[in-house]
Amino acid sequence: MSIFKDRQYVRVNVERESDDSLWMKCKSCGELVFKRRVRENNNICPSCGDYFFLTAAERLASLSDNEAYEDITQRIVSDDPLGFSDRKAYTERLAEARKNTGMEDAILVGRTHIEEHPVIIAVMDFRFVGGSMGSVVGEQICHAIEAAISDQCPFVLIASSGGARLQEGMFSLLQMAKTAAARGKLAEERLPFISVMTYPTSGGVQASIASLGDIIIAEKGAMIGFAGRRVIRDTIAEELPPHFQTDAFALEHGLIDRVVGREGLRDELASLLGFLVIST
Amino acid sequence: MSDERTLDLLESKIEELRQLDSLDGMDLSGEIAKLESKLADLRRELYANLTDWERVRIARNPKRPYSLDYIGAVFSDFYELHGDRMSGDDRALLTGMARLDGRPVMIVAQQKGRSTEENQERFFGMPRPQGYRKAIRAMRLAERFGLPVISLIDTPGAYPGLESEEKNIGGAIAESLSTMARLQVPIISVVIGEGGSGGALAIGVADRLLMLENATYSVITPEGAAAILWKDKERVPDAAAALNLTAPHLLELGLIDRVIDEPLGGAHKDFPSTANALRDELVSQLDELQQLSVEDLVGARYARYRNAGRVRQAPEPGEEPAEDPSESEDE
Repeated sequence: MSIFKDRQYVRVNVERESDDSLWMKCKSCGELVFKRRVRENNNICPSCGDYFFLTAAERLASLSDNEAYEDITQRIVSDDPLGFSDRKAYTERLAEARKNTGMEDAILVGRTHIEEHPVIIAVMDFRFVGGSMGSVVGEQICHAIEAAISDQCPFVLIASSGGARLQEGMFSLLQMAKTAAARGKLAEERLPFISVMTYPTSGGVQASIASLGDIIIAEKGAMIGFAGRRVIRDTIAEELPPHFQTDAFALEHGLIDRVVGREGLRDELASLLGFLVIST
Repeated sequence: MSDERTLDLLESKIEELRQLDSLDGMDLSGEIAKLESKLADLRRELYANLTDWERVRIARNPKRPYSLDYIGAVFSDFYELHGDRMSGDDRALLTGMARLDGRPVMIVAQQKGRSTEENQERFFGMPRPQGYRKAIRAMRLAERFGLPVISLIDTPGAYPGLESEEKNIGGAIAESLSTMARLQVPIISVVIGEGGSGGALAIGVADRLLMLENATYSVITPEGAAAILWKDKERVPDAAAALNLTAPHLLELGLIDRVIDEPLGGAHKDFPSTANALRDELVSQLDELQQLSVEDLVGARYARYRNAGRVRQAPEPGEEPAEDPSESEDE
């Protein structure tokens, strides 16, 4: 079980916990912890310090002044362009994800302030089909970048994604090019883009928009990389070090600027914005 | 493809007969003609009804022409440029200047190997970060001197592994996408064989995207999709069909601009005609692109990618039955 010890995040299926239960069990240390304390503590286990997933809405609130933000997410959904069905129809997967998360796809876009800096933040939510990037996520990221350009303010992306949304085939792959193109416009406007990689930031998201930040921060415990262990095993069967694709690995090899604990992320973003926002 | 092997066998039998025929006075021409017409019928039948998975196998066929074959036949004066100036020279991704119909262009191309030695050198056509960084270098060079970029895509994907991750393969791909999205010269990309996911797209952000008839382009291999989505290796053909990865499908979906016809049986059956068709198409597309101002060119490319994807308006909260998920999607 040693690989689980390296992992800072714990997967919990929040939906399976009935809402009236006051306690939840931390899958990392096994401790029964008071749910409200976990919530108040940024979804960090008060007992062992491991991270539970934050929902996109919780994340946006946790970064915003007074936990208040304007939800500017576009009201769009996937059109299932391939009529895709594997063991389950894609439309069915989407409907389930919607029901479980209350979201229309794997991302929220908020207009908000961090320590009085106006900023547009896009937050991906891993609970929704693994945070995967299909047509909707790509469109919302471009929408967020365009909002930042129109507000002339910085753009922050909080990535949490397994990669491309396979069920949309080539339409998903093209979102990598689409978001990279929009990012180019932001650069031409000389507006800062801070990319925050959380657990996990991989595949087509790591190989496009998430790696194009002016500054790239990893949240403690992030998993960062392009091809996962399974792909590498199946393709070239190579021996991989235990800290492969961890936050420490990414920092050591120069993929990111620094690693920040969840509780310090808001302050970190505030001080970065203080450096990068060109004052008039 | 077992049927393909039958055809190959028949073909070699005909060849044998032909040699016998020329050896001495035996007149086998009647037999030969009969077999040849039989072969042509079988081939037409087989290739008229290709499944998507069979096309994937043609796209991966080691007899298929590779980038260097096209570079030799479609272009002239290829002058290869080596190295990313940082960590090495990736042999799975070639860059260099050449002439297309007399015009200087920059070629960026993935190159597979045929023999074991070649594949050791070329990593089976899977570029590493230094490959994508070399591509970026070549494209910047092209931009500075006004050379159009022609990219030839033929890769199972970017090389996965420890070295690639240490050198930030994801970051290199991202940088290449962003470079191409704003490059100030025309870009034409052609999928000549296998278009494998992000590793293919990394040299495929273009003003025109063309595909050879039997090439494929996909977000994931059918094998990968079968393993992840179906959890069943036997479902590879179903995955291939569901992904819509063939050139005719992608044309129908509006994701590519042109399909270049191949001879029956694939490009390797009549390479000169395939190469000629590709040259003609490249020249005519480049003629169109070179008439645009840089501003219009880059603006049109931006619009092309900005509009990529299919979304629709979300139903109003009341419209969506919340209880039964299986019904909630069909409007």
